[in-house]
Amino acid sequence: MIVQHDVTIIGAGLAGLRASIGAAEKSDRISIALVSKIYPLRSHSVCAEGGTGAALREGDSVELHSWDTVKGSDFLGDQDAIEFFCSIAPREVILLEHWGCPWSRTENGMLDQRPFGGHSFPRACYAADRTGFHEMHTLYERSLMYDNIERYSEYFVTSLIIEDNRVRGVTAIDLRTGELMVFQSKAVIIATGGAGRLYEFTTYSHTVTGDGMAIAYRAGIPLKDMEFFQFHPTGLLPSGILITEGARGEGGYLLNNRNERFMERYAPEKMELAPRDIVSRSMMTEINEGRGFEGPYGQYLLLDLRHLGEEKINEKLPLIREASIKFSGVDPVEEPIPVRPVAHYTMGGIHTNMYTETPVKGLYSAGEAACVSIHGANRLGTNSTMECLVFGGVAGERAAEFALGNDFAPVSSDYVKEEERRLFDDLLSRNGDERISVIRDEMRSTMERHVGIFRNGEDLKTGLRKIQELKERFKNISITDKGRSFNTELTHALEVDFMLDLAEVVVSGALLREESRGAHYRTDFPKRDDKKWLKHTLAYYTPEGPKFDYIPVTITKWKPVERKY
Amino acid sequence: MEEREVTFIVKRFYRNEWREDRYEFKAVRGMTVLDGLFHIRDNIDPSLSFRASCRMGICGSCGMVINGKAMLACSTQIFDLGTDVVRIEPLRNMEALKDLISDFDDFFEKHRRVKPYLIRKEEKSIEEGEYIQTPDELRKYRQYSLCIKCGLCYDACSITGSNKEYLGPAALASACRFIMDSRDQGEDERIPLVSDHTGCWRCHFMAECSEVCPKEVDPADAIQKLKRKALIYSLKRLFRR
Ligand SMILES: Cc1cc2nc3c(=O)[nH]c(=O)nc-3n(C[C@H](O)[C@H](O)[C@H](O)COP(=O)(O)OP(=O)(O)OC[C@H]3O[C@@H](n4cnc5c(N)ncnc54)[C@H](O)[C@@H]3O)c2cc1C
Ligand code: SF4
Ligand code: SF4
Ligand code: FES
Repeated sequence: MIVQHDVTIIGAGLAGLRASIGAAEKSDRISIALVSKIYPLRSHSVCAEGGTGAALREGDSVELHSWDTVKGSDFLGDQDAIEFFCSIAPREVILLEHWGCPWSRTENGMLDQRPFGGHSFPRACYAADRTGFHEMHTLYERSLMYDNIERYSEYFVTSLIIEDNRVRGVTAIDLRTGELMVFQSKAVIIATGGAGRLYEFTTYSHTVTGDGMAIAYRAGIPLKDMEFFQFHPTGLLPSGILITEGARGEGGYLLNNRNERFMERYAPEKMELAPRDIVSRSMMTEINEGRGFEGPYGQYLLLDLRHLGEEKINEKLPLIREASIKFSGVDPVEEPIPVRPVAHYTMGGIHTNMYTETPVKGLYSAGEAACVSIHGANRLGTNSTMECLVFGGVAGERAAEFALGNDFAPVSSDYVKEEERRLFDDLLSRNGDERISVIRDEMRSTMERHVGIFRNGEDLKTGLRKIQELKERFKNISITDKGRSFNTELTHALEVDFMLDLAEVVVSGALLREESRGAHYRTDFPKRDDKKWLKHTLAYYTPEGPKFDYIPVTITKWKPVERKY
Repeated sequence: MEEREVTFIVKRFYRNEWREDRYEFKAVRGMTVLDGLFHIRDNIDPSLSFRASCRMGICGSCGMVINGKAMLACSTQIFDLGTDVVRIEPLRNMEALKDLISDFDDFFEKHRRVKPYLIRKEEKSIEEGEYIQTPDELRKYRQYSLCIKCGLCYDACSITGSNKEYLGPAALASACRFIMDSRDQGEDERIPLVSDHTGCWRCHFMAECSEVCPKEVDPADAIQKLKRKALIYSLKRLFRR
């Protein structure tokens, strides 16, 4: 079946929802399809807790927010894009307020802001500890006001239709019927989020599998800076759910299997409150040197809150207590919490400029799926939800403008037939002897082990060989459910297939980048190397594996200096 | 680490027929019902379908009936159920689509019908900054804004089950969330919507909905507030005439 919409948006998280409103406000003459593999409110963005950054008050400025972001990025962020981003951020906070967001308030009724790691001013706007949740609900509900936004929920996008460097639409499986649909469109926005499920242990929702990145990559659009993945020190076992910095802020200890507060060895002054990357690396060193605990869910360390006492835990950290009990079966009042460093953010993504344009005409990308780049080698907390708002809005407007000035481009029926063949005649009918879940788990543990917090040439080469072997083995999977309606086995196979391509790009890029910068830490090249590596990585798809190219970083006013805190 | 043999009995709607499948596996301490389902999908029966995303009780995907009660699978520890035999079925009061996946379209459509967004007679410009709202004003509606749209209340509400037109607890709580918001001026549009024969007067206030709600939204309480608002509103209209 073919449907026509002027603009198709893939993804209904913060970026996709903001884009849909941006496009709808531009003109009520354009029709917009908001396509998502899950209902919008199920998107990963609802998990964001901490805050959303914007320079709103006296004492703060766009300039200061920009500098914090540039420094945080370890100078790999594009400075023109960062200034543009910081200058629009305040407007987005107010917009959301006008649309109903229940932001936390000061006593006199103004928006409250709180401090956040890496920011030199308390500029995190927040809605209690459910910031992303409330932003999502506000945008979703606001989007219901516009009659020209049509929602296609539980439609799984499988590919982009591009010919002559011009986007023509997308293909998607209607999960309910299992039928392949074509969304013919003048403009398309990819807002499919990050790729966190590449890793075994991750704070991400199950649905964050990098689909849009892989779809764009296969269609010839380069992925940028994919080797940069952020790790947070404290993910809760077994699930990886985030335990916020607050737990250590209130005085929690990190302990190894000898009952030592091991941070003494690595950061004797700041101890548990040293910067995220230092704490994460110290924890991995403890585990690698045999001082971790071993459990059915892998190795871990302990976060001990018992000495704070029940009263303080209830008063200051109620949600952490609740999460530990519900999701781990451990009450922190009585027992220490099992934790381990955890994959937390995908800095890289689809290559765009600061107007969210990809190299393909009519194709845009925003949010965690895209790489503008404002985060460079390391994103600051609160900047990613804001990135979704700012660039989601820009993408919506630009795509609408493009749609107003251009016609539909024809979609060849051969292309659609070929995609149907690929999905249903090939993939769905496979009866090999490999299990999808086994391949997925091996991929995830390979990423964890060889492309994690500490990297080195040898490990990365081993990792690359393993991923290539898994890609080969994937050809031989079997899908037992041959039905069409909600075939989650088929969609899971597609997700794993996407992730294998992305894993290959991450490992290969990490192997080539012989320096340490931000989140990318090479034990064999422990220093940042601006002479050789102050540049963005671009990975292009070829059937034999990624081909790499590099482009310069835009530097305007801030010359690179050592990143010290 | 504590381990136990458990049995999941899953009532599935598969290829347009109901059936029950039994799965036995070893559960370890810390495992949620959702982890158990993933374990089954990955190791025993890959065709088993269910919805899940955040696995932290905030996205509303994983509502299902566990041992007779509507719960979030991701927020329920297997060892806390007090039994080693766990019966799982899809949410009731919605049509089953496949296995544990039930149709939420009607649920979301009802949410849309109550106009769940701020309605202003005039909007402030961005340059004028935020609307002022004190923490006390925020507290008046905060609880109702915590609804994750999981549909557990929909499952528990017998009126929803017997009357297809009834807006149901979640949509009505959402209406209340906006009516109680000091920034909203949409009374004239919204109150008539929620106080006709499909709205708050249908509710018999037994509060089964509030009992299953995982976020303490207390929709039954919201509906009582709506009834009061609706009464006052109709009185005001009488006098205005
Ligand atoms: C635990 C946690 C806490 C966080 N806290 C903060 C914070 O405090 N502050 C902050 O700034 N950032 C935070 N972040 C980061 C931030 O939440 C994310 O970067 C951001 O929400 C990403 O939004 P998005 O719109 O790009 O993607 P998502 O919200 O992931 O949405 C992706 C959308 O794409 C759709 N989709 C994907 N694939 C397909 C497909 N094949 N077909 C159709 N649709 C598809 C999905 O259905 C979904 O609607 C946090 C992240 C985590 C994990
Ligand atoms: S209180 Fe009202 S909405 Fe709640 S379950 Fe009872 S009838 Fe349904
Ligand atoms: S009111 Fe409670 S039970 Fe009902 S949908 Fe909202 S969160 Fe779920
Ligand atoms: S998976 Fe999100 S609420 Fe359970």
